[in-house]
Amino acid sequence: MAFRRFYAHALRENVAHVLFALAACVSIVAVALICVFLFWSGLPAIAQIGPLEFLSGSVWHPEAGRFGVFTMIVGSVYVTAGAVVIGVPIGVLCALFLSRFASRRVVRLMLPGIELLAGIPSVVYGFFGLVVIVPFIRSSFGVQGMSILAASLVLGIMIMPTIIAVSKAALDAVPDHYYEGALALGASHERCAFRVVLPAAASGVMASVILGVGRAIGETMAVVMIIGNQVRLPSSILDGIRTLTGNIVMEMGYAAELHREALIGTAVVLFVFILIINILFSLLKRRAK
Amino acid sequence: MPHSLDALERQLRAQRARRRSRVTGLILRLLVYLAALTTIVVLLFIIGYILVKGIPHISADLFDPTYNSQNVSLMPALVNTLLMIVLSLAISVPLGIGAAVYLVEYTGRGNKLVSLVRLTAETLTGIPSIVYGLFGMLFFVTALGWRLSLLAGSFTLAIMILPVIMRTTEEALKAVPDTYREGSFGLGSGRLRTVFRILLPAAMPGILAGVILGIGRIVGESAALLFTAGSVASIPTSVFDSTRTLSVHMYVLSSEGLYIDKTYATAVVLLVIVLLINTLSAIIARRVTKG
Repeated sequence: MAFRRFYAHALRENVAHVLFALAACVSIVAVALICVFLFWSGLPAIAQIGPLEFLSGSVWHPEAGRFGVFTMIVGSVYVTAGAVVIGVPIGVLCALFLSRFASRRVVRLMLPGIELLAGIPSVVYGFFGLVVIVPFIRSSFGVQGMSILAASLVLGIMIMPTIIAVSKAALDAVPDHYYEGALALGASHERCAFRVVLPAAASGVMASVILGVGRAIGETMAVVMIIGNQVRLPSSILDGIRTLTGNIVMEMGYAAELHREALIGTAVVLFVFILIINILFSLLKRRAK
Repeated sequence: MPHSLDALERQLRAQRARRRSRVTGLILRLLVYLAALTTIVVLLFIIGYILVKGIPHISADLFDPTYNSQNVSLMPALVNTLLMIVLSLAISVPLGIGAAVYLVEYTGRGNKLVSLVRLTAETLTGIPSIVYGLFGMLFFVTALGWRLSLLAGSFTLAIMILPVIMRTTEEALKAVPDTYREGSFGLGSGRLRTVFRILLPAAMPGILAGVILGIGRIVGESAALLFTAGSVASIPTSVFDSTRTLSVHMYVLSSEGLYIDKTYATAVVLLVIVLLINTLSAIIARRVTKG
């Protein structure tokens, strides 16, 4: 009797152990499946089109069998750069404010607001851009309005919560004696914050920027709604352009055969960008520790 | 007298330097305050604008049980969103908790498998939703033959929120004091019993916070659903029917551009849901920190 109970117990423990291990393996399986399916469907198309033609060609003309994603790469890089220019300074300074300048009460009031900013769905951001920012650009510059500038502004706002949260954590983690030491040497509070605390948190702040870049380059719906999606190289930031993500959303609904595979190839390019960003991020995070 | 002249010069220079540093300090302080103010103003402007434009257009027919081009009802989309949340969580929460339990309770440090799981979970966090959408389309919709459906959508989203659930559960389990484990083992209970009777209940608030974070992502998601769940605006009769969640509904409305007022109203409903989710998670977070 006791033996049987012992064995039943051991069996249950072992089964549970295996089940938990299997659950842990799900994320490995998921990443493997994503890679396999994406590359399996995308790479043959890229090979058929010719990797050089695909990556450096600026003509996207599915009916004529021309598939070049160079313009979309440029588009993604442009809007991401624009988002960084807008979102990073404001985000990092805001993090510095929350970490070293604001009173505890102000922080308690502001943090939920920043969380809300992070929680707003991207379609709402896109819609806001469509009804506020695009008309604003149209009326102030006399252009169509759907532009790199509009997308950069919206993306800049969208990556701010990420940058604030991660930068703030890095700034908060700077030991107090750094600050106190600088203060004791006669530096003002501002000088301590900017010349001692901020540099000490540099790798964490960099990590927040990279995370923001990842979000900006992968953002789809908000960008598609306000960037115009024209396939051509822009001459100014008031021109529209198409991003890698936009290319997929715009045409996936009706694409077939090589066209469809070329779109998946677009996702492969995007995926490679994201992997590079991920590697950079984990390298930085390791250094921050 | 060169001696005192030197001293005077030094004094003047010091004074100037002090003034300059005070001015720089002031500018820096101003910049920091300005950045914080900008963040607040942007937030208030976005929320305020949507609310002011949308609230007057919230009407009863917006919540009709069926959608047509007259009422542009968001009710089916709302129900679909709930279904999507329930199904995605039903897949993701057990897996996420199981994985976290394995990582924290069953393995030591430096385990190869553990670092691989961590690495892949981090990779999953970084993948953009449109890539999830394409993967879902290739795998669930086409390869498994589920077509555009509630099921394909929820499986895609389940993978997407898996790392969130895993990470928060891991943190919550790590925060449970070792004395709990020792006490439980000391009283003669096995590992499994310790996990289910002691550790998971103790970690529950943290796990819940992760679940709510996941719900937030599901509600806001649109790119991953467009090619996996499709955009049919009616309540599904089976898990193999195509459905449209509220975010997708809003995207379709705003790209059609025909019902701008209704789109504002829909945006208000979405914002209210997000606000509810955030409040809920704040309440739970407060409970976690208070213990």
